[in-house]
Amino acid sequence: MSLDANVPSGPMSEKWSRHQFEMKLVNPANKRKFTVIVVGTGLAGASASASLSELGYKVKTFCFQDSPRRAHSIAAQGGINAAKGYQNDGDSVRRLFYDTIKGGDFRSREANVYRLAELSVNIIDQCVAQGVPFAREYSGLLDNRSFGGAQVSRTFYARGQTGQQLLLGAYSALMKEVTNKGVELYPRREMLDLVVINGKARGIICRNLLTGKLERHVADAVVLATGGYANVFYLSTNAKGCNVTASWRAHKRGAYFANPCYTQIHPTCIPVHGDYQSKLTLMSESLRNDGRIWVPKKKGDVRPPNEIPEEERDYYLERKYPAFGNLVPRDVASRNAKEVCDSGRGVGSTGMAVYLDFRDSIKRVGKAVIEEKYGNLFQMYDKIVDQNPYERPMMIFPAVHYAMGGLWVDYNLMSNLPGLHVLGEANFSDHGANRLGASALMQGLADGYFVIPYTIGHYLASTKLETVGAAHPEFAAAEAQAAEMTNKLLNIKGKRTVDDFHRELGLLLWNKCGMARNDKGLKEALRQIPAIREEFWENVTVTGGAETLNQNLERAGRVADFLEFAETLVYDALKRTESCGGHFREESQTPEGEALRDDKNFCHVAAWEFKGAGKKPTLHKEPLEFEEVHLAQRSYK
Amino acid sequence: MAKTISVTLKVWRQKDAHAPGRLVTYQMNNIDIDMSFLEMLDIVNQGLELKGEDPIAFDHDCREGICGSCGSVVNGHAHGPEAETTLCQLHMRRFKNGDVIVIEPWRAEAFPVIKDLVVDRSAFDRIIAAGGFISVRTGSAPEAHSVPVPKENADLAMDAAQCIGCGACVAACPNASAMLFVSAKVSQFALLPQGQPERRSRVLKMVTQMDNEGFGNCSNHYECEAACPKGISVSNIARMNRDYLCAGLTSA
Repeated sequence: MSLDANVPSGPMSEKWSRHQFEMKLVNPANKRKFTVIVVGTGLAGASASASLSELGYKVKTFCFQDSPRRAHSIAAQGGINAAKGYQNDGDSVRRLFYDTIKGGDFRSREANVYRLAELSVNIIDQCVAQGVPFAREYSGLLDNRSFGGAQVSRTFYARGQTGQQLLLGAYSALMKEVTNKGVELYPRREMLDLVVINGKARGIICRNLLTGKLERHVADAVVLATGGYANVFYLSTNAKGCNVTASWRAHKRGAYFANPCYTQIHPTCIPVHGDYQSKLTLMSESLRNDGRIWVPKKKGDVRPPNEIPEEERDYYLERKYPAFGNLVPRDVASRNAKEVCDSGRGVGSTGMAVYLDFRDSIKRVGKAVIEEKYGNLFQMYDKIVDQNPYERPMMIFPAVHYAMGGLWVDYNLMSNLPGLHVLGEANFSDHGANRLGASALMQGLADGYFVIPYTIGHYLASTKLETVGAAHPEFAAAEAQAAEMTNKLLNIKGKRTVDDFHRELGLLLWNKCGMARNDKGLKEALRQIPAIREEFWENVTVTGGAETLNQNLERAGRVADFLEFAETLVYDALKRTESCGGHFREESQTPEGEALRDDKNFCHVAAWEFKGAGKKPTLHKEPLEFEEVHLAQRSYK
Repeated sequence: MAKTISVTLKVWRQKDAHAPGRLVTYQMNNIDIDMSFLEMLDIVNQGLELKGEDPIAFDHDCREGICGSCGSVVNGHAHGPEAETTLCQLHMRRFKNGDVIVIEPWRAEAFPVIKDLVVDRSAFDRIIAAGGFISVRTGSAPEAHSVPVPKENADLAMDAAQCIGCGACVAACPNASAMLFVSAKVSQFALLPQGQPERRSRVLKMVTQMDNEGFGNCSNHYECEAACPKGISVSNIARMNRDYLCAGLTSA
């Protein structure tokens, strides 16, 4: 199958408007004849569900949480980028486009990113109209702050809870459509399979998590907005429920998985403190606006931070990257934190932490201002670590945070499987090898509010769809397969817990395929993953029954998928022998230790085709062509 | 060496919505005090799984105090003893060696128990669906700066909008009232210019739905505010009551 991204012709700045005009439309009376399934209710899924329903489509929306309002977008803290240019500081659609392409280390598709930058301004308008209480200045106008990888202030925010406020906006729009009877809501459902009939995605199998009953849902198109796979590392900043299951099972039905090795390690998280730990907590990147990152100059300096004098501190980001200072992109900040810790200058009980210090900002603007901007984050830090960050610098360390990779999609956000559309973090499309801060919210909402409502219409209007029902043999076969997997898991009755396997896999990936990767380690991981997977299927214990609420069984199914997916992630990392963004291959670095790309051999999207569990997937390439941006070695100095 | 404590748990176990429940005792030793409360429950569950027993069911997801999934009554307090803290953000350092910790689900007629500590909070979704939104179609919004919002109002709206929908307010209230939850949403929109066109119909519809769901009324105990992990103020209830009164008078 050829990988045609279907990028419209014409100048970059006219592609989307031209495409909007050229796409086919479904007339208003016919829209209600089409059913669209949306899986996931984060920013992308909730906004898509609401917008499609407003247009007149029949929408069925699914989430595994008890309420759509709890999807993990809710935890995004810092903000959302938009090229509004309110600050008079030189911002523009073009600059946001350029910053995003460069931040992604020239591994994203130009046309998608340009569209994202264009749509960013509409998102802010939409959210303000919904009653999202963004931070404002005394004039009553919207306030902005700065994020990494940009030299302008274009980030809109609602204290440290921007994701929450944007999601509640999208959720309220979704609930409005539930009342208008355009959306049928199915909470506490987990998608277990994609049903493909005559080569087109025509429905899903899901498990009602309360009753255990398997359900068949038929549709004319399926939209996955099921988030990222960072939890494959076990410890990450993702919610405990985040998983790869929906994406992976669609992948097993033929959808290609693109760039799985591009995982984002976020520089400012609370360090790991014990082996019982269940997750890691992010401290928003916005803190880098006012916090200064440093370690002692001397190795093994165990003095309390406030007793280390100024001249004995190494503000290493300010020293190495004077142009961007503490606001370098995430991949650069993370790698540098690892480097100083590996050199023996890390702090804290494990030596795997650096300081994020607000002393100078508090001196400059006062505690009250810092508290207004970051109060909830400081409070969260205090609760977890039991230290007051107003008085003592925070200790932070990088942690797995976001997946740039995801299911492959074309310009219309449709996968190679006709009818299967993928939005938000679940797709691969806009962030290249590294996502800039405050761009995830932007992408999720752009996809859901402003892209899919157009492109899905084009698909439905230009595709011949046979009438199919839930009794179709493909539905029966997919349901039987899901039931069989459940039975198998329940009958192993082994001696190790699901979490125990998940932890083992996560630690292996973190060590071999984390912030730095090399040929030897990746090959070692490829040897070990199948062994863990085999033991899982022989020795895991899953208690309880199939036809009841069974959280142990839910986790087991997700971990089983992570155990397959991890191998594809590592294959991708092994194959890409260049360094780019969050993917740092030790063999490919500049003399200064920065990521060194290999544009000659790797200026492409790597999209993997499933060939069976444990079998090597087949690689398909989508070449990346740059019309607007000149490929350059990234520099933040 | 990490500091550890031993505690005795008494956990509400209930097989399903119809079965009777009871408190079951679990002795937990060598609990690291830096562990979160839910991590402590994870350890209980791993022990049960290894014995082939059914682990304790509890809702949780983000484990950073924002998704609103988690929540149990711990020693009589919704989300436990620490102020403005969700259960997932509560740490074992708040307990002493030898403590007995009683863990129960939210108790309210409108939140029926599903299993163990898991309750059905879908009533909250239905209240939002009744009117907790501004009816703006995607694509129809005016330019964001066309309507300035005074900073004080935006800040007060944000204070109310922080609600995570966990249901602690209901669990803490002797009447199982949902007034804090409903008033937080009503206030957020009442404070913003964008919320004005539907202001009256919104409060009427949301309060009607709240009553239909079987939540009790407010009799000014303020337990909700004390239990709220986001510190949402009862002044929102006063604002909602004023709006409800005005709306009732003009719509009659």
